[in-house]
Amino acid sequence: MLDIQKIRADFPILSQKVNGKSLVYFDNGATSQKPQVVIDAISKYYQEINANIHRGVHTLSQLATDAYEESRVKMQNHINAKFSHEVLFTSGTTFGINLVANGFASILKAGDEVIVSALEHHSNIVPWQMLCEKTGATLKVIPMNDKGELIMAEYDQLLSDKTKIVTVNHISNALGTINPIKYMIDKAHEVGAAILIDGAQAVPHLKPDVQALDCDFYVFSGHKMCGPTGTGILYGKEAWLNKLPPYQGGGEMIKEVTFEKTTYAELPHKFEAGTPNIAGGIVLGTAIDYMNSIGFENIQKQELELLEYGTQRLLEIEGLKIIGTANEKTSVISFNIEGIHPYDIGTIIDKLGIAVRTGHHCTQPIMNFFCIPGTIRASFAFYNTKEEIDLMVEAVKRAKTMLS
Amino acid sequence: MTKIKDIQNEIVDEFSMFDDWMQRYEYIIELGKNLPLIKEEFKTENNLIKGCQSKVWLQGEQNEDKIVFTADSDAILTKGIIAILIRAFSNQSATDIINADMDFIDEIGLKEHLSPTRANGLVSMIKNIKMYALAFNSKN
Repeated sequence: MLDIQKIRADFPILSQKVNGKSLVYFDNGATSQKPQVVIDAISKYYQEINANIHRGVHTLSQLATDAYEESRVKMQNHINAKFSHEVLFTSGTTFGINLVANGFASILKAGDEVIVSALEHHSNIVPWQMLCEKTGATLKVIPMNDKGELIMAEYDQLLSDKTKIVTVNHISNALGTINPIKYMIDKAHEVGAAILIDGAQAVPHLKPDVQALDCDFYVFSGHKMCGPTGTGILYGKEAWLNKLPPYQGGGEMIKEVTFEKTTYAELPHKFEAGTPNIAGGIVLGTAIDYMNSIGFENIQKQELELLEYGTQRLLEIEGLKIIGTANEKTSVISFNIEGIHPYDIGTIIDKLGIAVRTGHHCTQPIMNFFCIPGTIRASFAFYNTKEEIDLMVEAVKRAKTMLS
Repeated sequence: MTKIKDIQNEIVDEFSMFDDWMQRYEYIIELGKNLPLIKEEFKTENNLIKGCQSKVWLQGEQNEDKIVFTADSDAILTKGIIAILIRAFSNQSATDIINADMDFIDEIGLKEHLSPTRANGLVSMIKNIKMYALAFNSKN
């Protein structure tokens, strides 16, 4: 059993007042809050070892390089990648997806197919649309049912020898649906297609094992899992990363440069042009250590309790409808109240100290599917409490009375 | 002082009576409910203001030397905010609209809604009102 009050004390922002009220932070799907160890690690880096990495012979540069590479190994162990050079530092999920989509431009040709799902965030749709425009490939979409679950029978039908890559999220940001990615990975491989998993919403809740999953790419952001903004990981199988061309040219990613020809550096540096977010990369390792010290089993247990309690309490409100009722879902509750615009509810409960997200959550196709302008999304983290859910429910009730 | 400034001052006076946010929002909701609605035929794609989480339609029509605005939104708070703008700017001359400042928005505590990323698109609404005025002036 987690001592939530002790954990909450690790997060200075949680004791803050917002609009004169105690902050109830339920926008964890957008970004998580940061524990003191992470905040301290950022200043410690700048105070003690700030230097550019991978090139200086001086001591500080060596210390910074070691810390950066240690963090890479931590991330490798965390996701159980076979090699540390399969773990690339990025600025976040969006960058990772764009890197892969851009690389596939040299592989795809007209008539090939790319499969995405109806549950994707815009950042896992648009780069693939751009890829299809560039190459003449076709984008296919796996549909979902009314509960917000992808329809696997339809997925099976879409797969063919034309399919070159499938891209799907592990967990939906808008609805919280956990997708059957192991099944989807195996099926993609049966037709010889590669598969990318967008793990942005999964890594705050669970520990992916990329070797057991056997996915070709797994991308995620650091800032949703207690890490700094502007950090992320792209895992790619060695063979794929060797096959894809570099994404950006610059320093660090080269072996030799002459005006006639440049040869590229080995993995992972081939994809890490320029001075990276050194502090961010190092501190991402601190964040992972922190989350592992809490323990992902404990995190899941706490979040599941919050999901069940939150669902039950919210459904007490007359006219409230939960959007996304998948059998397998994480601690995200997207909802609407009949006859009231989600924006109105979100604006009013913000003044009562409740931070939720309203709108389309960068998933306009999902909103179109349900014929709604958007939802109110409460996304819980392990540091949230049932008392906070009570405060949200009271705030939503009050907003509803004002707006009815 | 222009008539617009007078109305803006009136609005500022009304809002100064409220002690907290909830009262302010309750008043905005009331204003929203009383907003004279735009004719259905003007709820077109063309009159839709982009950049809002909620849908906002705004229509301006010439009435002699004045411009009359009507609007609607699917969110009631947004509707209330438009009602405030319409009260200040509808039935005014194009020149007065173009020259009007927007300080009263800050004074009634809605400054945060002026941020360009704010989802209700107050900035876009003001821009559209001013664009109508500019268009009417250059036409006449």
